[in-house]
Amino acid sequence: MITVEHLTKCYGDFMAVNDLSFSIEEGHVYGFLGPNGAGKSTTMNIMTGCLSATAGHVRIDGHDIFEEPDKAKRLIGYLPEQPPLYMNETPVEYLRFVGEAKGLRGQELTAQVQSVMEQTKIEDVKHRSISALSKGYKQRLGIAQALLGNPKVIILDEPTVGLDPIQIIEIRDLIRQLGQSHTVIFSSHILSEVQAICDQILIIARGKLVAFGGPEELEKQLLPPNEITITAEGSEEDIRALAAGIPHITGISVEAAEPPLVTVRIRTDADNIYDTSRSLFFAFAKSGKALLEMSLKRANLEDIFIELTESAPPEEPASPDGQSEESEDINL
Amino acid sequence: MIAVLKHELKNYFHSLTAYVFGAFLLAFTGIGAMLYNIQAAVSNFEYVLSFGSLVFVVIVPVLTMRVIAEERKQKTDQLLYSLPITTSQVIAGKYLALLVVYLIPLCIISLYPLVFAQFGEVCLRTAYGSILAFFVMGAALIALGVFISSLTDNQGLAAGIGVAVILLNYYSVSLSEYVSATAAGSAIALAVIALLLGAVIYHLTRNGNLAYWISFVLVLGITALYVVDSSIFEGLLPDIMEKLSLFERFNVFVNGVFDMTAIVFYVTVIAFFLFLSVQSLEKRRYN
Repeated sequence: MITVEHLTKCYGDFMAVNDLSFSIEEGHVYGFLGPNGAGKSTTMNIMTGCLSATAGHVRIDGHDIFEEPDKAKRLIGYLPEQPPLYMNETPVEYLRFVGEAKGLRGQELTAQVQSVMEQTKIEDVKHRSISALSKGYKQRLGIAQALLGNPKVIILDEPTVGLDPIQIIEIRDLIRQLGQSHTVIFSSHILSEVQAICDQILIIARGKLVAFGGPEELEKQLLPPNEITITAEGSEEDIRALAAGIPHITGISVEAAEPPLVTVRIRTDADNIYDTSRSLFFAFAKSGKALLEMSLKRANLEDIFIELTESAPPEEPASPDGQSEESEDINL
Repeated sequence: MIAVLKHELKNYFHSLTAYVFGAFLLAFTGIGAMLYNIQAAVSNFEYVLSFGSLVFVVIVPVLTMRVIAEERKQKTDQLLYSLPITTSQVIAGKYLALLVVYLIPLCIISLYPLVFAQFGEVCLRTAYGSILAFFVMGAALIALGVFISSLTDNQGLAAGIGVAVILLNYYSVSLSEYVSATAAGSAIALAVIALLLGAVIYHLTRNGNLAYWISFVLVLGITALYVVDSSIFEGLLPDIMEKLSLFERFNVFVNGVFDMTAIVFYVTVIAFFLFLSVQSLEKRRYN
């Protein structure tokens, strides 16, 4: 559906997007995840033809966005970070303009405007001035605009930023619904949001793709093993001997040794961490050595996200052209 | 393009812009008609237009200041970029809408000579020839206004620069009498203009090398020409200022001559500034 090949975008010396390649299949909801300034907005702006690339290609259903912009753009509906609304108009006027610009006329235009207003539930404000609408409604109107012309792909840039918790939930539901009939790509810097809605996640940091896959796949690929930290009586050798009989233990490292106590960290690749902790408990009980303390740490995607995106020093946010990616952090 | 045209027209007539523009144009030509045609009992309507052309200094920038600057400010330019229409279509739609807004009061004005003809001898051919030239000159100034609006996201700044540029153009013939007509003076002024051109190119393209080389080559060329034959520069600057004046060319029509070269000049100016506006919009994608 969409292929992005070796996409690079430089602002002077700053590389906002650095040799980014991925491809997007039809019928999924894709989450574009990355911290602020990672290059999400820049990538989306390039994919939708709003921004040129320094190098690389973007093809939408085989049409290059730079060489055949007309054909390519008809396949995409885009909601930029700030919904591009004409404040002095009403939603109906606005949607009719966008529909006409997308080539809709007459009956078809009226029918589609009506249908996208129903889909995004903005019918009850359709004759109000856009400037008087709440942020949630403005965001929905922005999504409605993207849906006109029935594009195959809907691209939404941080659609939930700046909304209140209820509005966020509504927009997420809307995105899920859209995912049933369209390919949806949306960006966010909130992991839980992406996990909740998407079936494919792209993690991008400092303009590079650092991970791509389904949530479970990513967990499998990238998760560090679960860890059990224990403090017990005995020496390191005693514990190694005890652990030798327990399956799925992949490593042991000593944290602190203050005879007669020792604290070690045990890594395990068992599907259920309790299987390992249980075996450990019984092994110690049998040996007669006291197991004084045991704490479990399960790895999760949040950790991977932080590790992947923060392992290098953060750079300043991209987009000196005003499309900054500033946003408040809303974590639900 | 039709969508943009309709959208812009709706915008102008929903807001006060179109009405203010029309009212000012009508008021000014109305005052002119009263002074020349009624009080002084002169039957030449073209004098009224000559008098009325001063109003362009204010109303053209007011009309055109928001046309692109506002899109940038509200970030709606992103929508235009992502829609399946080209920037040329956007500019064409916007420009045609401006022409429609301009044509409406002009249609009313073009009834005046017919009205006056009821009460005396009016040379309709020079009157309508001048009205046509008046329209094309206004259209050229509007194209200039569109370009200025495309340079900034600040409407006020766009209006200010617009007023300054059009005013300078209005008085350029009078001013040309005061500038140095000597060869050295002209050569220095042209060199300064070449440097300014470089600065503008740098602002538009952010390409330091290109701007530097263009300025350098131009200044070098001017210096070389001056050294070879300084007489070329004799009186060149006042001459150029006169030639570039949009208003001066209109006076030829007022004097009763239908000057095709002037029409061609105006159309060229329109095409030039619309082309620059498209480039200015396109450039936003490449910065």
